[in-house]
Amino acid sequence: MDHSISSLNCSLELKDSQRSFHLEVDLQFYEKELLALTGPSGSGKTTILRILAGLEKRAKGRLTVQGELWQDSAKGIFLAPQQRSIGVVFQDYALFPNMSVLQNLQFALPKTENQTLIEELLEVMDLQELKKAYPRELSGGQQQRVALARALVRRPKLLLLDEPLSALDTQMREHLQVFIRLLHERYALTTLLISHHPEEIQRLADRVLVLEKGKIIDENLTPETKPEGLLLRAIWLAPQNGLIRVQLGDNELQMPQPAKVIADYLPGQEVWIRMVSAERFEVCDDEKFNR
Amino acid sequence: MDFFNTLLLTLRLAGVTTAILLVLGIPIAYRLAYTRSFLKPVFEALVSLPLVLPPTVIGFYLLIAFSPNSALGEWLQNNLDIRLVFTFEGLVLGSVIYSFPFMVQPLQSGFEHLPPHLAEASYTLGKSTWVTLWRVLLPNIRPALLSGIVLSFAHTVGEFGVVLMIGGNIPSVTRVASIAIYDEVEALNFAAANQYALSMVVLTFVFLVLFFRFNRRSQIDLF
Repeated sequence: MDHSISSLNCSLELKDSQRSFHLEVDLQFYEKELLALTGPSGSGKTTILRILAGLEKRAKGRLTVQGELWQDSAKGIFLAPQQRSIGVVFQDYALFPNMSVLQNLQFALPKTENQTLIEELLEVMDLQELKKAYPRELSGGQQQRVALARALVRRPKLLLLDEPLSALDTQMREHLQVFIRLLHERYALTTLLISHHPEEIQRLADRVLVLEKGKIIDENLTPETKPEGLLLRAIWLAPQNGLIRVQLGDNELQMPQPAKVIADYLPGQEVWIRMVSAERFEVCDDEKFNR
Repeated sequence: MDFFNTLLLTLRLAGVTTAILLVLGIPIAYRLAYTRSFLKPVFEALVSLPLVLPPTVIGFYLLIAFSPNSALGEWLQNNLDIRLVFTFEGLVLGSVIYSFPFMVQPLQSGFEHLPPHLAEASYTLGKSTWVTLWRVLLPNIRPALLSGIVLSFAHTVGEFGVVLMIGGNIPSVTRVASIAIYDEVEALNFAAANQYALSMVVLTFVFLVLFFRFNRRSQIDLF
């Protein structure tokens, strides 16, 4: 068995006031890939995520994740969500209102783990100053970052994102796309992203599956759709100590870069940056970047 | 002395009843809130029955069921040495049944109004149903929890028909304040009746003030 491949083969009757069809899915996903699932509302995207998470017990079929059997209806095998190595970010974030940011993360921490990962996630997600705040005191974007961090505390094999940015405005969406890609690469995750924003999928996903009425009708693996890095609009800041600096949303990113690049821009000017990896970005000329 | 014994007995009955209702009510309300069973309306109707039935009806059936002349009453007395008619234990049983909807309904409503993914988020973080209930769901329905406690307590303090039917009027055993008032009025002792009545007004008023204060704070804390 190839442990780098996970597969889901399942069927489920979806019948309610809005829809009536048979969900039948046979999909594979690869280790460390960011797979996007898109399609019209009600096509069964969230149901697939719930099947993967173990929150939808009615589905019949088989699910293996990186060599582990999580579900096999024929053999009566069904792992509860608690037994699956998953991190889920729900559309409404589902942060616990009675817990602070830090407590939300600590709640997710297995007893055998120490606090190091939490401290690291707070740092990476720029939440250090908010760790004592309660969810009601946070903006939508901040809540989303907490939800992402919380989903990673258990070091999941599979990160499941259910339209995580749909409730946010365009600027905040672009800003958070950086965090999603950073986390995906930094923690070598296998990620399933549900989204109906083509531009978001284009920027984030390695591969795209299109779902309609419970069937996968298109799979896009062409190199053109696979971004070489995440392209984002940022504000150029005056360089300091030989480091170039850009403002991306609330965050300031810094990196050494040749002097020639520095000479090309003025502080306050909007520039395109390409996130090459979690720690590295490059500034692109508008001419070079043909969207 | 009789006055204080009666008041203490009333508060003891309300306290014990509320504690039992809390233990029984939480899992039942949780089940009712999340079940998809087609039998849900049947269970909801059963829980709500004491709201609409005259208390004397409940008291009457309890009296018939647990009287030493009935099969169940006789069996309890002979095998377990338990007698429920005209005892404090019988009063507790009657009060638990009578106040059941006052605990379950606020709790069920509290669970149903929580954001839908809260429990599921906890499960995906590896937490059991029990941990989820204890650390996520219950803290986030504190106002509903307080409502259930206060309503059950206040309702038990004020009940009359059920306790009279199953408990009678035995001083220091089953004679609660509402029975004592009725008793004193029947004997034309209006001063004594007023003493009981006024004490109950003050007690329940203080209790409700405390409830609204805590309830307001819980809502501010959570949302």
